[in-house]
Amino acid sequence: MEKNKDNILHKYTQNEYKHGWVTDIESDTIPKGLNEDVIRMISKKKNEPQFLLDFRLKAYRYWKEMQMPSWAHLSIPEINYQDIVYYSAPKQKAGTKSMDDVDPELQKTFDRLGIPIDEQKRLAGVAVDAVMDSSSVKTTFKEKLAEKGIIFCSFSEAVQNHPDLIKEYMGTVVPYTDNYFAALNSAVFSDGSFCYIPKGVKTPMELSTYFRINAANTGQFERTLIVAEDDSYVSYLEGCTAPIRDNNQLHAAIVEIVAKNNAHVKYSTVQNWYPGDKNGKGGIYNFVTKRGMAQGNNSKISWTQVETGSAITWKYPSVILRGDNAVGEFYSVAVTNNHQQADTGTKMIHIGKNTKSTIVSKGISAGYSNNSYRGLVKITKNAENARNFSQCDSMLMGDKCGAHTFPYIETNNKTAIVEHEATTSKIGEDQIFYCNQRGINEEDAIGLIVNGYAKEVINKLPMEFAVEAQTLLQISLEGSVG
Amino acid sequence: MSIDAQSIDLKDRYLDYFYKNLEYLKDGLPAYINDKREKAIQTFQKKGIPHNKNEAYKYTDLNSAFEKQYKNYMHPKKIDFNLDDIFKCDVPELNTHVVLLLNGWFYENKTPRRQLPNGVIISSFREAANKYPSLIKKHYNQYADSESESLTALNTAFAQDGVFLYVPEGKVMDKPVQIINLLLDEEDGMAQHRNLFVIEESGEAKVIVCDHTLSEKNFLTNSVTEMYVGQNANLDFDRVQNEHNGSTQISNIYLHQEKDSNVLSNTITLHGGLVRNNFYMQLKGENCENQTLGLYLGDRSQHIDNYVHIDHAFPNCRSNQLFKGVLDDMATGAFSGRILVRQDAQKTEAYQANNNILLTDDAKMNSKPQLEIYADDVKCSHGGTSGQPNENALFYLRSRGIPYKEAQLLLMYAFAHEIIGQIRTPPLQDRIHELVEKRLRGELSRCNYCEIDCGDPGKN
Amino acid sequence: MLKIKNLHTAIEGTEILKGIDLEVNKGEIHAIMGPNGSGKSTLASVLAGRELFEITQGEIIYEGKNLLEMNPEERAKEGIFLGFQYPVEIPGVSMMNFLKTALNEQRKHKGMEPLKSSDFLKMVREKKELVQIDSNLTNRSVNEGFSGGEKKRNEIFQMAMLNPKLSILDETDSGLDIDALRIVANGVNSLKSEDNATIVITHYQRLLNYIIPDKVHVLYEGKIVKSGDKNLAFELENKGYEWLAKEVSTE
Repeated sequence: MEKNKDNILHKYTQNEYKHGWVTDIESDTIPKGLNEDVIRMISKKKNEPQFLLDFRLKAYRYWKEMQMPSWAHLSIPEINYQDIVYYSAPKQKAGTKSMDDVDPELQKTFDRLGIPIDEQKRLAGVAVDAVMDSSSVKTTFKEKLAEKGIIFCSFSEAVQNHPDLIKEYMGTVVPYTDNYFAALNSAVFSDGSFCYIPKGVKTPMELSTYFRINAANTGQFERTLIVAEDDSYVSYLEGCTAPIRDNNQLHAAIVEIVAKNNAHVKYSTVQNWYPGDKNGKGGIYNFVTKRGMAQGNNSKISWTQVETGSAITWKYPSVILRGDNAVGEFYSVAVTNNHQQADTGTKMIHIGKNTKSTIVSKGISAGYSNNSYRGLVKITKNAENARNFSQCDSMLMGDKCGAHTFPYIETNNKTAIVEHEATTSKIGEDQIFYCNQRGINEEDAIGLIVNGYAKEVINKLPMEFAVEAQTLLQISLEGSVG
Repeated sequence: MSIDAQSIDLKDRYLDYFYKNLEYLKDGLPAYINDKREKAIQTFQKKGIPHNKNEAYKYTDLNSAFEKQYKNYMHPKKIDFNLDDIFKCDVPELNTHVVLLLNGWFYENKTPRRQLPNGVIISSFREAANKYPSLIKKHYNQYADSESESLTALNTAFAQDGVFLYVPEGKVMDKPVQIINLLLDEEDGMAQHRNLFVIEESGEAKVIVCDHTLSEKNFLTNSVTEMYVGQNANLDFDRVQNEHNGSTQISNIYLHQEKDSNVLSNTITLHGGLVRNNFYMQLKGENCENQTLGLYLGDRSQHIDNYVHIDHAFPNCRSNQLFKGVLDDMATGAFSGRILVRQDAQKTEAYQANNNILLTDDAKMNSKPQLEIYADDVKCSHGGTSGQPNENALFYLRSRGIPYKEAQLLLMYAFAHEIIGQIRTPPLQDRIHELVEKRLRGELSRCNYCEIDCGDPGKN
Repeated sequence: MLKIKNLHTAIEGTEILKGIDLEVNKGEIHAIMGPNGSGKSTLASVLAGRELFEITQGEIIYEGKNLLEMNPEERAKEGIFLGFQYPVEIPGVSMMNFLKTALNEQRKHKGMEPLKSSDFLKMVREKKELVQIDSNLTNRSVNEGFSGGEKKRNEIFQMAMLNPKLSILDETDSGLDIDALRIVANGVNSLKSEDNATIVITHYQRLLNYIIPDKVHVLYEGKIVKSGDKNLAFELENKGYEWLAKEVSTE
């Protein structure tokens, strides 16, 4: 039975990576290596204002003095930063306006990924910014959103059209000094999405960015900035895939969110970067800094993530709860298999009064993988009546993998109530037997149980993504799930 | 950067001291002990004094504690009075074999040596090292990690004396051993004693350790205790820490459990300046049971840090870590617990919890309850809470007419009870109950049951 | 003894009691009935001084004093006793220590000397018999490891020990088998006097076969919608709360 179960598991979590193909398209690619000239070149290609170049150079100089962090429960092979291409963009005419201008190859690429960028075939109710390698290919529904005053465009475009907003907010949540990969990103970031929701506006549709790495030996360094003014609401989705390649590729992104009074930002990710083959060869190194500043009173920032991809994941979407009554949430399912490694979690920094945070993390480890939750809950001295509840569950499948929980709880205020719970389990034979006895075969039983285990998080995803996440986990939907 | 520079400077002081006094350190001890010193000091040289950049010492920087100029005790302190006369353990009806360590040196009582039944040995570590070389050699430095833990290495480099306890196969001790660690001097002093307890197969022992400061000087203790608990053997290790605010106590406990053994470790920190307890509990056979419990009560600017590492290497073992703390004034607490379940340790059941009550806004608690699991058929859970006494319970008490303050005290007392209630020596349990209640009422600000008036160091 | 006037309470902005008027005199037993969620337990908690609830309107006068100004322990000392629906477990606090502390606090309030240990123990023995409590119950921590029935009997035992003027028994019958119910009811009846009063809160009419109320009130959606004598309880039992709901909505 053990053997059989492993096979099923194999099926569930080790399906062939289906986004592993390559688009054959001509790219504008700069030579490998990193130095100040490369940074100037990137900045020039993007026609950036001086302040941005200065920012990049400062970050680069800072980064040069830093060392790669080693505290995570990961074994990261040495990365040769001179062996990476820092800019590669699919060639297409500048200032793409209509669908006709998008290279048919690119359009095909995103069609094949299930992300139609043609507004005629649009995903119902989702505006997409499609990013390939270092640049944004197309942003849909821009005009429709603009009617409400919402700015949704590629980061490069925002730099050209809204430099003041970029200047005002970029680096305020994640300064370039924050950590090694944040500094690197700040020096070489290429593109990403920018999103501005004016006061009192609720976005009429989901906004989403789809990231695709295509070129070989290229690093992807995108940067996303979301600013939600008072009383606004936005639900933002992010997806990502990459071709199968034998060598590792680096992805070091930054996401910054600013939420003002009563603003609510919901950020969802389905991360499906190429995880490497079953022997651990290849795959993306996903080193990402995501942070939200819930600066306004009654503001709320929610992170929901389903992490199935990447060879190595190093990622802690966090919330700084600065405003009074601010709310931070983190819901995560992380699946690791074969030789994947994940060290992921969150930080909830309570500063305002009556702030509340919730952390629900579900890890599933299989194969030879290691899956760690690492999280910090910090209640600062003036954070009266702060509340945190954390639940971190791990499920192990097989006896060659590891599941770890590393919470840090720092309480500096007596009125705080902080609770952390964690359990480790496997799929119980009695559970499977119970299902068998009711006529459910073993395969479906495991599906049901894993689905049930992850459901609390999956349910937090917007519909379109929930379906994708379910498919990703290879779990059939229960009748009860809407 | 300045911290590192400072550490190097400090480190050199200890290295210097070591090489200058190496002959004294070696004097009277056999080669198999002395041979370990130089390698150990090299480890210390490499690792230095832990500071808050070390993950394991994130919340406890020891540099300022090591900074003071301490006298090292190369020889036992000469005193012209009988310690038994001035120090009396006041736990009523607690009948024990009492041994005293004075500044880390075994103190020979004037009272005649007790005849111990069943071939049990309680003696000075120094004496035992010469008398039972094959026995000590088999265990000495086998469980303590002098290769990567710098303070354990420092102890191995400097250790000269301590307590040796031996319980032969199948023997049950008639009554508990009580080790009383006394610190007494006119100048600041540093003690680094080394204990070794060997409980052979199916043996049973209870050890009670009490830590006291008898004079108001600053003291630094860096002790190592190695415990070997053989197959099917039982050990209770109860400890009451009650030192004054000018003391730093670093205690390194290394436990090795063979299969079917059962160990209960219970550490009650009533008082202290800076306390760091390191527990390394190794379950090295199937079907072991381990409970590592602790209660800490901190006030003023005390700092109490418990670091617990439980290593499940074999199947079918059970462990439970529970540490609870009440922090008042500006006291800070830290807890770092780790359950490591190795690949072969299937059917492990391991639990870990750290619960805290903060009484003021200046008190702080940092907690890291961690799990590291490599086996799939295990039951592990951990939890941490920080908050104030339960509101429902508080209301229940008040609705019966009990005033708010009293109700809060009762609940804190109940909070502590979960640990104290586990002590398996009833007179000790009763006494600790009483001490904790006094402590929570603020009536016990120092080691008030010693008869020496040491100028109320508790007020330091 | 007790006068509740137009009492409104809310929790986190949701109004639960929407204008309660109730008068209880010495020597009376009142029963408050109502479906789940009607606000019965809230009323009991508010009377005992639970701070969870916000009083948005109205007043409660108890023995001529403004009850709302008193904290829970003051109310207890003034003779208000709440028999909890879910008695709280307090591990580590011994039942005896708890009772002795409570009793002596109340005596202190009345200007009496603390009870001598021997007298206290004698009193415990007497009162235990009243509720036929298992003797070792008192050697344990407060409610810890007690069965549902034991917890409820323990509440009545405490009531007997503290001898309150106004007892509020919140769903004391729930979870009791018929024998335990009889014991609890006997306890309540034997503690009844000319000088005290009891409010019995219950979902079912069952308890009222044993404790005969002078008045029955029906609480529905935060208001007392009907009051009557004990026959109202029988009527309710036969027709169910739905009958009442209809009646209320047609009014």
